[in-house]
Amino acid sequence: MALTVEGLACIRGERQLFTDLQFRLAAGEALLLHGPNGSGKSSLLRLLAGFLSPAAGKLLWDGAAVSEDTDAYRARLLYLGHLDAVKPQLTATENLAFFAQLMTGAATAAAEDQAKQALEAAGLTRQRSLPARYLSAGQKHRLALARLLLSPATLWLLDEPTNALDSASVAWLGAVLQAHRDRGGMVILASHVAVPLPGARQLTLPEGRLA
Amino acid sequence: MSAFLAIVGRDLRLGFGAQGALLTTLLFFVLAVSLFPLGVGPEPQILARISAGVIWVAALLAALLSLDRLFQGDQEDGTLDLLAQAPLPLGLAALAKVLAHWLTTGLPLSLMAPLLALLLQMDSEAIPVLLLALLLGTPSLSLIGAIGAALTLGAKRGAVLVPLLTLPLLIPVLIFGVGAVEAAAYGLSASPHLLLLGAFFAGSLALSPFAIAGAIKLALE
Repeated sequence: MALTVEGLACIRGERQLFTDLQFRLAAGEALLLHGPNGSGKSSLLRLLAGFLSPAAGKLLWDGAAVSEDTDAYRARLLYLGHLDAVKPQLTATENLAFFAQLMTGAATAAAEDQAKQALEAAGLTRQRSLPARYLSAGQKHRLALARLLLSPATLWLLDEPTNALDSASVAWLGAVLQAHRDRGGMVILASHVAVPLPGARQLTLPEGRLA
Repeated sequence: MSAFLAIVGRDLRLGFGAQGALLTTLLFFVLAVSLFPLGVGPEPQILARISAGVIWVAALLAALLSLDRLFQGDQEDGTLDLLAQAPLPLGLAALAKVLAHWLTTGLPLSLMAPLLALLLQMDSEAIPVLLLALLLGTPSLSLIGAIGAALTLGAKRGAVLVPLLTLPLLIPVLIFGVGAVEAAAYGLSASPHLLLLGAFFAGSLALSPFAIAGAIKLALE
């Protein structure tokens, strides 16, 4: 399993964010994206998630172009943006169970069991029947990250996952990422603070230039 | 299928919740219709003459009232990104949301309409036809309206733009919906009008998921 990016370019509006981007990510590897605000970290992640189409270049999975089988590629990845996608009216369990059903097509009871386990792992057991509107920003974000535990995806694309997290939660996230890589998963992560991701490759995006 | 039902169930729960559109839509419908006897006057002949048109126009506007929020909430909190990543095709995910919208607006509006028809002195022969026509026509309102809602994602004045974009497309529903009721009131057969309403529903059911999915993909960029 490997993701290869060749000569990727991205244009947003009139601005060229990056050109001729190359990297290769194999099973168990992690890539940390650096760069100033507006350098295109989020755009690169959305591009890899398939929401944006590249202005030039190719995305290859095991040597085959991703665009040939977008459904299969979509099933391999999980993109979590900086929005939490948590519905304030639903409880923590309902929020996670909905995600499990959406992604795996599990039955309601099975999805709730999975959600309970993920909440326990994320340290949110006490808040599980609480409507999400009563959660703090950090708890809400941990709830969003608990989705990582429910997804069968190989490639995780994370945009600023450490926002609003306290140091214990950052350590928990580091353990989750490490366990995923030990299973042969891949992580691409954009962050401007230190994330516990030992042995991660680094990619610095240059300051955006005018096209 | 489980994912489809999960979306419907979640949207129903959100729809019936405190910020749900169900109550506002129904209240708007009842208030708008009951203003007519006050404004036009209580003469039974006049009210009976305009009843079908009044109920249909009020139902159309009430259904559109809540539509601009159909995808907006999910876009604002990032849920739309998750829906777009699910194995379920985006068109089907959108269809699940449209079904939930119809169950919380079109269905209660249709069930409420016979009572309002009595208020407006509608011919008693025509009332079952009104119910049937609304049940056939309101799903088209949700489907076509959802295209407008998806196209105006990210627009500041979505609430105004959705009716502007979709009302012209919904005129056939209004014409045949009112036509069915009036035919029944004059003792003619309502079935040609009902068949056309059904055809319009079938067409929009087949085509709108593609249009909605395309519009949502544009909004995700």
